Amino acid sequence: MRFLPHSDTDRQAMLASIGVASVDDLFTDIPADLRVHGLDLPKAASEISVERTLGRLAARNMPASSVPFFVGAGAYKHHVPATVDHLIQRSEFLTSYTPYQPEITQGTLQVLFEFQTQVAHLTGMDVANASMYDGSTATAEAVLMAHRVTKRKKAILSGGLHPHYRAVVESLSDMAGDVVAALPADPTSTEDILATIDKDTSCVVVQSPSVYGHLIDLAPIAAKAHEVGALLVAVVTEIVSLGLVESPGAQGADIVVGEGQSIGNPLTFGGPYVGLFATRQKYVRQMPGRLCGETVDAEGRRGFVLTLSTREQHIRRDKATSNICTNSGLCALAFTIHMTLLGEAGLVRLARINHANAVRLADSLSELPGVSLLNDSFFNEFTLRLPGDAAAIVEGLAAKGVLAGVPVSRLEPGKPELANLLIVASTEVNTDEDRAALVAALREVL
Amino acid sequence: MAMNTQGRPTAPTTPETSAPETFTGNRALQIEEALLFEIGRNDVTGVDFDDPAPFTERLGKHARKSSIDLPGLSEPEAMRHYVRLSQKNYSIDSGLYPLGSCTMKHNPRINEKMARLPGLGDIHPLQPLSTVQGAVELMAELGRWLLEMTGMTSVALSPKAGAHGELCGMMAIKAAVRAKGENRNIVLVPESAHGTNPATAAAIGFKVVTVPARPDGTVDPEAVKALLSPEVAAIMLTNPNTCGLFERDVVEIAAAVHAAGAFFYCDGANFNAIVGKAKVGELGVDAMHINLHKTFSTPHGGGGPGAGPVVFSERLSAFAPLPFIRVEADGPVLVENESELQAGETPFGRMVAFHGQMGMFVRALSYMLSHGADGLQQASEDAVLNANYVRAGLRDLMSQPSGDRTCMHEVLFDDTFLDGTGVTTLDFAKAMIDEGYHPMTMYFPLVVHGAMLIEPTESESKASLDLFVATLRDLVMKAKSGDVERFHQAPLYAPRRRLDETRAARSPKLKWEKPEPWSEAAE
Repeated sequence: MRFLPHSDTDRQAMLASIGVASVDDLFTDIPADLRVHGLDLPKAASEISVERTLGRLAARNMPASSVPFFVGAGAYKHHVPATVDHLIQRSEFLTSYTPYQPEITQGTLQVLFEFQTQVAHLTGMDVANASMYDGSTATAEAVLMAHRVTKRKKAILSGGLHPHYRAVVESLSDMAGDVVAALPADPTSTEDILATIDKDTSCVVVQSPSVYGHLIDLAPIAAKAHEVGALLVAVVTEIVSLGLVESPGAQGADIVVGEGQSIGNPLTFGGPYVGLFATRQKYVRQMPGRLCGETVDAEGRRGFVLTLSTREQHIRRDKATSNICTNSGLCALAFTIHMTLLGEAGLVRLARINHANAVRLADSLSELPGVSLLNDSFFNEFTLRLPGDAAAIVEGLAAKGVLAGVPVSRLEPGKPELANLLIVASTEVNTDEDRAALVAALREVL
Repeated sequence: MAMNTQGRPTAPTTPETSAPETFTGNRALQIEEALLFEIGRNDVTGVDFDDPAPFTERLGKHARKSSIDLPGLSEPEAMRHYVRLSQKNYSIDSGLYPLGSCTMKHNPRINEKMARLPGLGDIHPLQPLSTVQGAVELMAELGRWLLEMTGMTSVALSPKAGAHGELCGMMAIKAAVRAKGENRNIVLVPESAHGTNPATAAAIGFKVVTVPARPDGTVDPEAVKALLSPEVAAIMLTNPNTCGLFERDVVEIAAAVHAAGAFFYCDGANFNAIVGKAKVGELGVDAMHINLHKTFSTPHGGGGPGAGPVVFSERLSAFAPLPFIRVEADGPVLVENESELQAGETPFGRMVAFHGQMGMFVRALSYMLSHGADGLQQASEDAVLNANYVRAGLRDLMSQPSGDRTCMHEVLFDDTFLDGTGVTTLDFAKAMIDEGYHPMTMYFPLVVHGAMLIEPTESESKASLDLFVATLRDLVMKAKSGDVERFHQAPLYAPRRRLDETRAARSPKLKWEKPEPWSEAAE
């Protein structure tokens, strides 16, 4: 077995040193009648054999890069520079543990400090943590944090929030004994969320761009929330949008959570991704998750450590702000390297290309007979009303080798009024040919 | 000083004082590296794009009005910056990483290669299921392996890390308690447990009651029975426990817990000790998370991403969250929404957007396929062998809290052997850094004074362990002989000396701030 260094001679010598006759003598604490003798699983396989097995499974999937691709709704196909994947595979980053020994993990720690600063600047907030699992769990944690800050238990969720995020918030809040008031799905961005905010409200959770692509004016929602002592939790699932769109922080958000996958991280069927979590300075001690802070060493040189750990489970146990431990270190590294390569100049240009591609696509598609665009404003994603069942149309387009988008019914099943809606995303990876292919294929199947 | 016949020194002179400072602060290969924000510029980019053709913006009134302030680096600058930072990290690829309860084993690169196959790494979680049947099958296959290894009934793959798996398991337990119309709000947690256990229970409204440990760190079934009541929803038990011992009375504890109408959650952080040796389903466990980033070698990445699938017993299977894989006659099906449920399926909700850590599923399955049933069992045996070999090499010099007894995959020492030396567990750990080792887990579990928990894993050769044991023996001898200053000063040879954590917490500096103009002028 190529991963196990011992020869049988080594094992015998080691057993002799320990003073036992066989390895079974080391397992005597397991009651004899419970000891397993063999698993009903295949035997060890060579590297070439493993490649064949997994290669066969991979071959049954249709990769995004192999077709005109317009699927988004919370995960986006972007180009990741080769430098990023090279650097995150360096042994010293890839195979290091959480930086509990700061003297020999300054690499990871300085990266986290850079990550926190980048996220704070992007979101327009004072402080960001060292990452969460993903955008959905970050949102659920934000709701719990708002409850701690306001001592209230009712969260209002916009109908533009990604339905999976809504479900994650509802599941956790339900168990935690909190109340969630979720507004109905809002594909036209016409809900009146201001009217729902009252003095029992702990927070209002609003996603912009919404899952249907609409850009939401957060400032009046923040104003109304603050008027009654509630917090605004802003959710961003397409972080590239912040290259062109006003930051949630500048619009008065108290907590900004997001999905950072778009920067540096591949689609990978939904994970691992990287959750972003940022807030105001005054709430920092109520934050969940790891924080990296600057300090000095015994010689007075600048260095970094994990800090404010009295919020965390390994110190506070059942009084911790969250149970989170392992988060998304390597995905945060990928985010930071990609964002560093982009810089502000590159991010803004990337965002412009995304927006330009989406505008052209929306214009082309909404000219098709029976197709209408639901968005007045959008970034790189929008919602179309089709003249038939969107899931069936997407399936028909997939058969033609075009992955056209996410039928809303995939996220909101059993709602006939949403069945004809299709969420379409376009990023820098799409070419004019891709766009033409989608328009032509859709024309054929309609 | 030794000289050759030409009068040239043949050995380096021993410096009387510490090495002279360099102009740069660098020490040969150890390079000081500024922060991105000190070397980057907002108008520099390392990514080239073609300009888009003219178009009319559709941002409404939402266009950004101010600068983001995100410095960029060209590609060569970025490469050098992050390579230099990487060189300040310890890693399993460069040395033994004996962190107890963390299972820092070798991370096979075939796993990385497989996760990057376009058919696995470049697929979207919401593209039509007809175009990702291979991915669904892979998830089903991973589930099959996990269930066979644990003897459990069903699996929730979606939790994103160990603590998230704990949350999933405890949410299923809460759902099951509710389904019975009961109002149980107490969870029993042994004092040796990971902090995530009580934090998880508390996060969903349970009251945590601590179960005292026996002197050897194991749980006494009588202590559990004394605490059981109609108020108790569950016990959270780590097995093998955080003292590196298998809980011998686990079956009796499980029976008592079940008799009281409660559930048995097992923290699977230490699963690496028992793969192919015992099935938790046969021990009476109702739910257990499995850290794919520990037992199944997915890289720890400096703090994640992990993956924490949860296996359930028959008693809890119905409550497993969406999405899940249902194995039907003509193949596995990914069940994503409540509208697709069948009779007997009552999920408590959803843990994550999408379907979980697919990238980790691929890596873990690649590891499992590589090992096979025989290799998985051998890995556990070697992990336990290695821990006991370290124990045998140190038992005469270092103190074990409950005497010298066989351990599982990790061996626990306390600080009694340092009594009177003036050296603490922290000092001892920091001195290991100067010897080129990552320290063991220290001051955990909390039930042992000055704990040092060593988990060598199966990845270490006998020669590697021999040098490690010899190094620790030498450090113990130095501490006992009064050579303590090296301990108090350590680490001397790392990229940084000891860091001031108190200062970091007192006035937190959590992001880079532009220096005030006066300090720039002073430079």
